[in-house]
Amino acid sequence: MKVKEVAEKLGLTVISGANGLENEISMGYSSDLLSDVMGSAQSGDIWITLQTHKNVMAIASLKDLSAVILVKGFTPDPDMEEQSNEENIPVLGTTEDTFTINGKLYNLLNQ
Amino acid sequence: MHFEFNVEGGNFSKAGTASSQLKKILKQLNVDPKVIKRVVVALYEAEVNIVAHAFNGIIYIDIDTEKIEIKLIDEGPGIADIELAMQQGYSTASPEVREMGFGAGMGLPNIKNNTDELKVTSEVGKGTTVEMITYLSS
Ligand SMILES: Nc1ncnc2c1ncn2[C@@H]1O[C@H](COP(=O)(O)OP(=O)(O)OP(=O)(O)O)[C@@H](O)[C@H]1O
Ligand SMILES: [Mg+2]
Repeated sequence: MKVKEVAEKLGLTVISGANGLENEISMGYSSDLLSDVMGSAQSGDIWITLQTHKNVMAIASLKDLSAVILVKGFTPDPDMEEQSNEENIPVLGTTEDTFTINGKLYNLLNQ
Repeated sequence: MHFEFNVEGGNFSKAGTASSQLKKILKQLNVDPKVIKRVVVALYEAEVNIVAHAFNGIIYIDIDTEKIEIKLIDEGPGIADIELAMQQGYSTASPEVREMGFGAGMGLPNIKNNTDELKVTSEVGKGTTVEMITYLSS
């Protein structure tokens, strides 16, 4: 499923990196520990986190992730937003918490 | 082929620059994507360790037809007990660094899992050297 479709179906805001909305999502990975994501996320995963700094995009890019979802209304730091645009990896926003968005995403991706 | 990169301790906004450059280089060389993924994880973790724990460092990368050899030499506090540092969950990261989501104590285990050969040497009060080798075909 494409990032665009997931954003529409789950009512996520596209904060940045709109050029990457056609990226294909394989599965998801939720963690706020960067080395955990580095070690265990798979390419194509959509990453659910509350970390809002630039290193999130460095990892998303190195791991070929499809997009990042920021939970609970968190917004990216300006340099994170900038790198998201440069790398074409969308940052999506939701006011929901990690548990809720994970559940919805899990059901949607496993349909 | 030989490449060198400088790493500044404490500068998180530049963390990952060398890893991102190496990824581009390896892609251009048509290296197996699986190998690229492993090397990139290992280098990123070692690079961030210099940023998070040391003062400054240099990364030396040598690529030939058989393998990718990476050596990171830093000036910093060094590691007193390397065996302990290698254990998952062990971290001396500062509260500020932890707040960013670093400091899970998973970096060195990630390096171990993603290299074919790894050697960490260190002198307390001077610095740390991390040497890793990844073979291009398994
Ligand atoms: N280059 C280095 N200089 C000094 N100490 C280091 C260096 N690299 C690692 N260490 C020590 O080893 C510990 C474990 O490193 P490791 O990379 O596994 O975890 P971390 O960096 O603390 O957290 P994480 O990598 O999960 O974000 C560090 O907390 C630090 O005490
Ligand atoms: Mg580390």
